[in-house]
Amino acid sequence: MNLSFFDQFTTPSLLGIPLILISTLFPTLLFPSSNNRWIPNRYLTLQLWLIHTTTKQLMIPLDKKGHKWALILTSLMALLLTINLLGLLPYTFTPTTQLSMNMALAFPLWLATLLTGLRNQPSTSLGHLLPEGTPTLLIPALILIETTSLLIRPLALGVRLTANLTAGHLLIQLISTASTALLPIMPPVSLLTTTILLLLTILEVAVAMIQAYVFVLLLSLYLQENI
Amino acid sequence: GPLSERPLMEVRLGELHTWISTCDFSPQGLLRTVQKAWNSYYAKYINVRRGGPAGISMLLTGYCVLSYSWNYQHLSKNAFLGSL
Repeated sequence: MNLSFFDQFTTPSLLGIPLILISTLFPTLLFPSSNNRWIPNRYLTLQLWLIHTTTKQLMIPLDKKGHKWALILTSLMALLLTINLLGLLPYTFTPTTQLSMNMALAFPLWLATLLTGLRNQPSTSLGHLLPEGTPTLLIPALILIETTSLLIRPLALGVRLTANLTAGHLLIQLISTASTALLPIMPPVSLLTTTILLLLTILEVAVAMIQAYVFVLLLSLYLQENI
Repeated sequence: GPLSERPLMEVRLGELHTWISTCDFSPQGLLRTVQKAWNSYYAKYINVRRGGPAGISMLLTGYCVLSYSWNYQHLSKNAFLGSL
């Protein structure tokens, strides 16, 4: 039995080289550069189709100035998707379970959207702090509330990703420990637990993809307000 | 050809230590080796006309094995579950 179920989230290191370095760089191998052929290999065709579909989808609400963000948003999405899905393989380490990494991704990007808005169109950006049509008496309270919600956005972005992935991995470990421990004692209950584990794994695959998409979608939404 | 220019698969076992002494262990040299190795793997298993899931699956399995070896010290400390 593990001393603590949180041991799976510590960064393993061998001979002083932390695994988080390799886990973060490994997705680079999974995205080969296109070689300018009319029809590349099947892997690349599939990947390019996926990337083009998501980029087009993300760029629909943005105007021409927002299209400068296409590269960073798409590459962020590809990175998060790959890291999350790779974490579901056995024995692998998921860098996005570390709050430090997610805050390092969320905070600068959110700040970039905010500063873009304040620099290029300061009145419009500040105007977002008060929704249209609020009753006059509520204005001071609402401005305070909207400012708080604005400032809490990077925290929410980072913590959402961390919490979802950490909770998922923890649940998988708990339920698999339970089903292994129950196997010699009550095999039918162990079978039931294994079915739950199977359903949970499918859920985790979905969560991994959805969380990556939500992260990037929210960033593009913050960009829309400010560009 | 000369020993330093032959790829690893064509070096005989007896000549291995001589071949290793001709290797370039600077950062750029290591990077070049890694790039060459990746490119030959990519060209042989993934960049083929009618590829399938095999090329990527081998890569992911290798990644799992690498992660296991990285975690081995910690994993080996877990008590055997039969003692519960």
